[in-house]
Formats: sequence, C-alpha cells, structure tokens
Amino acid sequence: MAKHETPMLDQLESGPWPSFVSDLKQQAEVRAKNEANIEFQIPQDVVEDLLGVLELSYKHGRTHWKHGGIVGVFGYGGGVIGRYCDQPEQFPGVAHFHTLRVNQPSGKFYTTKYLRELCDLWDLRGSGLTNMHGSTGDIVFLGTTTPQLEEIFYELTHKYNQDLGGSGSNLRTPSDCIGQARCEFACYDTHDLCYNLTEEYQDELHRPAFPYKFKFKFDGCPNCCVASIARSDLSFIGTWRDNIKIDAEAVAAYIGGEIPPNGGAHSGRDWGPFDIQKEVIDLCPTHCMWMEDGKLMINNKECNRCMHCINVMPRALHIGDDRGVTILAGAKAPILDGAQMATLIIPFMKVEPPYTDIKEKVIEPIWDWWMEEGKNRERLGELMKRQGLQKLIEVLGVNPDPRMVQEPRSNPYIFWKEDEVPGGFKRDINEFRKYHQR
Amino acid sequence: MAFISSGYNPDKPMEDRITDIGPRKFDEFYPPVIAKNKGKWLYHEYLRPGVLVHVAQSGDEVYTVRCGGARLMSTTHIREICEIAEKYCDGYVRFTTRNNIEFMLSDKSKVDPLVKDLEGRKFDGGSFKFPIGGTGAGISNIVHTQGWVHCHTPATDASGPVKATLDELFTDFQNHRLPAHLRVSLACCLNMCGAVHCSDIAILGYHRKPPMIDHEYLDKMCEVPLAIAACPTAAIRPVKMELPDGKKVNSVAVKEERCMFCGNCYTMCPSMPLADTEGDGIVIMAGGKVSNRISAPKFSKVVVAFIPNEPPRWPTTTATIRKIVEAYAADAHKYERLGEWAERIGWERFFEKCELDFTHHLIDDFRDPAYYTWRQTSQFKF
Repeated sequence: MAKHETPMLDQLESGPWPSFVSDLKQQAEVRAKNEANIEFQIPQDVVEDLLGVLELSYKHGRTHWKHGGIVGVFGYGGGVIGRYCDQPEQFPGVAHFHTLRVNQPSGKFYTTKYLRELCDLWDLRGSGLTNMHGSTGDIVFLGTTTPQLEEIFYELTHKYNQDLGGSGSNLRTPSDCIGQARCEFACYDTHDLCYNLTEEYQDELHRPAFPYKFKFKFDGCPNCCVASIARSDLSFIGTWRDNIKIDAEAVAAYIGGEIPPNGGAHSGRDWGPFDIQKEVIDLCPTHCMWMEDGKLMINNKECNRCMHCINVMPRALHIGDDRGVTILAGAKAPILDGAQMATLIIPFMKVEPPYTDIKEKVIEPIWDWWMEEGKNRERLGELMKRQGLQKLIEVLGVNPDPRMVQEPRSNPYIFWKEDEVPGGFKRDINEFRKYHQR
Repeated sequence: MAFISSGYNPDKPMEDRITDIGPRKFDEFYPPVIAKNKGKWLYHEYLRPGVLVHVAQSGDEVYTVRCGGARLMSTTHIREICEIAEKYCDGYVRFTTRNNIEFMLSDKSKVDPLVKDLEGRKFDGGSFKFPIGGTGAGISNIVHTQGWVHCHTPATDASGPVKATLDELFTDFQNHRLPAHLRVSLACCLNMCGAVHCSDIAILGYHRKPPMIDHEYLDKMCEVPLAIAACPTAAIRPVKMELPDGKKVNSVAVKEERCMFCGNCYTMCPSMPLADTEGDGIVIMAGGKVSNRISAPKFSKVVVAFIPNEPPRWPTTTATIRKIVEAYAADAHKYERLGEWAERIGWERFFEKCELDFTHHLIDDFRDPAYYTWRQTSQFKF
C-alpha cells in the first residue's frame, strides 16, 4: 500500500517510453523492503514522499519546492544545491532534499564497479534517485539532508577519488562529446582537453569568484553533438585546415549503391537510389565539389568544413590531418537579454597537451577581462555585446579577421581612437578660425 | 537509524581533507576495444535503428546498442543497467549527451541476445525499461530539466511532459523515416537549464502572470537592490509602504505592463513568486539546430505562444508536436533539418502546413533585434 495516493502520476505508467513513475515506485518498494539491510541515513520513505509532493504539484499545477538555501561543503562554494519542500509537515521525507553535482568522467564511460560504488553510497546517504545525467553533464544526486553533505563528500574524495561539480558563479563542470574514443570525425581528443582543463581550473570550479556562471564545452567536430556553440561561454570545436581525404573506391561504392548513405541513417524510408549529385554535391554550401571522369573532386581551399559530405559518405571521406580547434565565445540561453550563439574568436589553434596556448592565450586573458569588467550576473556574451567584439580581440591580442564576422558593419559609425588619427584629437580653435570666419 | 560516520570529523573539518581532485580520469573506464582503437576509428554504420557498428583501422569492430531512458533514474535501475553490462559487456557502459544508455560489444554474436534481453525488460506499469533506438534520421531522447520534481522556478513539469511526448513520438525513436534527425528538448522555465533554444522542437515552460509580492517578508528575505537590478525591463522599483497593521516596511512595486515574466526577480528574491495554475504553461519553439552541417546553427522560433499545463499527459502539447513532426516528415527534403525546411518553404507556409495559428504573440517586439525579424521585402507567398 503506497503511502500517498497518486492517481495522476499513475497515468504516466502506461505507454511504451520508460516511466519515471514506475521507476520511482520500484525504488520506493526496494527501500521499504530493504533486503540489503541498509542503515538508511535519510528517511526510508523519501521516495514515497517525493511521489506525494509531485502528485500535489500535478494537482495544483505549481511546484512545491522552495527557493535554494545556502548549504554546501566546507571550503567549496559550489557543487551542492539546497532544496526544501514547502509542505514539510505533509511530506517530511523530502523536507530537506538537497542536490549534489558529481563531476562526471569525460565521455560518460563507466565501469559497473564504479557505478555500483556510487549506488551504494547514494543508497546509504541519500534518496537513491539520480539524474544520469544533468543538463550540464554532472552525475546528479537528487535528495539528501544537510548532515549528510560532508559525509558524502568525505566518502567521495577518500574512498572513490571523486570530486563534486560546479554550481553558482563559478566554472561549471566542463563537458565533451564522445570524441576520438569512438568517433572517426573527432579532430582532437575532447576527453583529454576536457579533463586537463577541469583539473587545471579546480579552484575556479569550486570557489565562486566570477560575475556569473562560465561554461566550457568540447565538440570534436562541427557536428557539435554537445551543442557547445549554443551552450558554452567558450566553445571548442574540432576542425582541420588541410584536405578532406578521399577514398575513390568507397565513393564508387556509394554511387553504386553498395554502401548506404549517411551510415544507414535513412533506412526507414525508400528515398530512391543514392544520387551523389543531388545529395552531396548540390547540397555543399560552398559548391566546392564536382565529379570529373567519374571521380569526386573537392576544391579544399573553398571548403568550410560543414561536415555534410563526410556525414553522408563516412567510409569514403575523412577529416584532414592538420587538425586543431576553432574557438568561439559567448553563447548562452535566453536569460536575460535573449539567447546568444557563440562568436568565432580563434579560427584555428593546434590542440596539444599540456594545452598551454589555450590556457594562457585564450582562457586566462578572457577571465581577467570578464572578472574586471563584468557586472554581477553578466555572462561573457553579454559583456561582449556591451563592450564589443573589438574589445575582446584587443584582450586576446589577436588580429581582426574577416572570419570573425558574418559581414562587415553596414553603418560607418566607427569609434576611431585618438591614436589612429594623425595629429590626434587636440586642436587649436583659434588657429582654425584664422582660416574659417565665425 | 543510527548515524554512520564516513570518518569526517566535524570538529576538525580540515583534518585529512581532500579537495580539488576533479573527476575520475576517463581512461579508467574505457572498454578495452575503445582504449585500443581511440583516435583510429575509420567509419560507422547504423545496422538498424539503435544499433551501431564502428570499425577501426585495426579492423576491430565495436557494436553499440543504444537505449532510451528517463534521466531521472533510481539506483535500482542503475544496478539493473550494471547487471546487463556485466552479463554482456564485460562491465562497461556509457551514457550519451541525450541521456541514452549505450551498451558496447566487441563480439557481433552477442548483439542479438543483448537486444532480445533489453526488449524483454519492462517496468511493472508496462513501459519498456530499455527501448532501443535514438539513432539516425529519427527522434532521440528528449533532454530536459528538473521541473516539479526538484526545481523552485518551473512553469511546467519536465519528466511528465517528456514521458507523454516520447510516448507519442515513440515509433520515431525506433525508426529512421524522417528527412534528418529531429532533436526535441524541454526546459521548464526560460532560465533554460536545458538550453532548448537551438532545438528542432523545444518545449518551454513559461509564466504569464507578474510576480506576487510578499510585502511583509520581502525586506527580511531579499536584498531590495538586487531584486531591482535583476529585472531586465526595469519594471521593479523600490517602495516604502504601510502594512494593514500600520507597520512601515521597505518593499518593491512591479510595473505590470513591463513584465516579461522571466522570473529573474524570483531567482534573486523568494518573496516574489510567479507560479500560477492558469498563468503557467508551455511555449512551443521550432526550427533550431546546433550542427554546422550545410547551414549555420540557428535558434528555435516561437511557433505556439501558449498551451495550458494539462497534467498528467499534456495532450494538447503532444498533439501539437505530432502535427509539426508529420508536416515536416511529409514535406522536407532528404537531409533537411526542420528549420532549414521552414526557411525554404517560408514561415507563412510552415504555419499553413503545420495547421498552426499565427497570432500577434509570435511577432518579436523585444528590443532592437526584433526589427530585423520583420519582413523587409516584397517576396512572400500567398
């Protein structure tokens, strides 16, 4: 017999998609039976009370969680998000229901040994509910009480060699795509760069010293599977600057229908036989491809590396060998001034450990500028908007490049600087008047 | 329940303290075939929806079976994932950016038994535990936020609308019939922890009533200047006022016609709640993408200004999404993303084909960039 009636939530148990309600109910039952004899450190019926408060939200059409509350672990300003229920008498099991963000490994690969260790810890000291994973990438532990926070942190660091992730006005947990681990498109080792920078900037990650949140995301190629260009203050997108490698035999096999286009991604419908002209050459955004004597030709100098042809014929076309990263800055979701896409600031940079150029020539000068000039709760992209791309170029000490803009300005309102104009701005009005009467 | 110490000594918090160690290193967790072939992959193929093969220069192959899942996941469920991974995958498993679960095999003969096993696992309520799919020109898992399960600012739930929407779109999770892949995302308020602003279809929670003001407590719970500064439209001003009992307090007033319902004030000041049963609901946005493939990344556009919250299954929201998906599936060219299709046929045609009303709410009036979204050409379609 369930502790709370949940007639509305029960309707989310039907249908084919995995039901979170069914999962919550099975978890509630496992805790109630407690066959593993766990000495639960937070209320045993926490999941039942979560179902209860969620049902109440379904009835009211409003959340029943209060505003944050400052909780955390000693010495850190991030990683824990305080959460309290606004109906604690009715649902005492979730009266305190704090979140911990646990920094996920690059690429989200796990051994089951490690996952089971995390489960053991979380069953003992928390609700046993998680997000695998949160939006930014962390393993999210949902729901524990204040006295457990230090205990969890102690076990994580002492037993599992594992740290918390970021929250608040600090570096948020960096995240990456699967990269070279299992993808032929990846132009650099996203896992290593993500891990290296996460380790390098632990202080910035745990102790809020920034005007607002700051995100790094690492995409191995311009397909952007982790959406770095839309979601991160600094977006690292893998690219190359030499030639796409062509396997002519494989191109012929695609044309001959021996290999399905796009890795078989279109297998659910009969689109007719593969037509390289229509499906690849005519869709190339720069029109830099053509067929010559039955062979596919590419004018690589004109290629903008959109990935379409490579996506369509992954067995025939391969990324170039002179690889590196394109860096863009300033993306964010709409709050406050509307959404912003990231802007290109470094067209190309080599990516080699220990990544000194990325750290010293890009990240750190940008942080210095933002921490000096950024207003409270101003994202990097908003500061860029307020002070201009010119200012960021100046901060980085790089040369302006037409690659950084969509198009040049269509107004002539240039803010000339005094030292750019011969003779400067100081002039003598009396001298002027000698030749120009009043 | 007796308190069990981890070894932490609250009287000496710095004793043996370990900090700033970061995450576990990724290569501890690579399956051997991944470790061996990293950076040396040649190509990949979808053998069927949800099943991939990656082939390395060495000739090694890794087979991946991708399953959907609710990102709100219990340890009971994670232990079941572990059990499967131990049975078939030597104890390795991974998760994708879109909250899918991936089981990797280096032995092709294990693919069918694993698929059969996964397909047979169901929750007591009847839903699949591990539906296979989420690849190619179909619909992958919906990335989303916390909603009513855990957040203080949502204008809708997250897990519920996602479950209802994926039930509706389930066949497309397991099929490759669409012109290109179609990404659906949900954010339960416009803070967009889920960053849905570049999705093919975005489900966004939105408030429609200005904050209520808890004058009696506001000055005790909030920094008035921070609440004022939080407002992007300068709708909030400080006021001194008298409570019914004659007590004078510092508080704020909101110019209601200026409020854009962003909730940023509530983030800074808990005495200004916005949540409301009738006021809150869902905005549908469409046509965004993050990939640089063929066309540049683009933002999603608002195509339905408001749909009421209809718990537990949000039928109007799911039906609206279904209409958009079907119109796109019927009309777009191969490889064309939803936003590219809308731009090719023109947004006037998009509303016609999707059978959506165009209302004044959909015309941008927020600051300077709005002007550039109005049509400034005689080129349009009847």
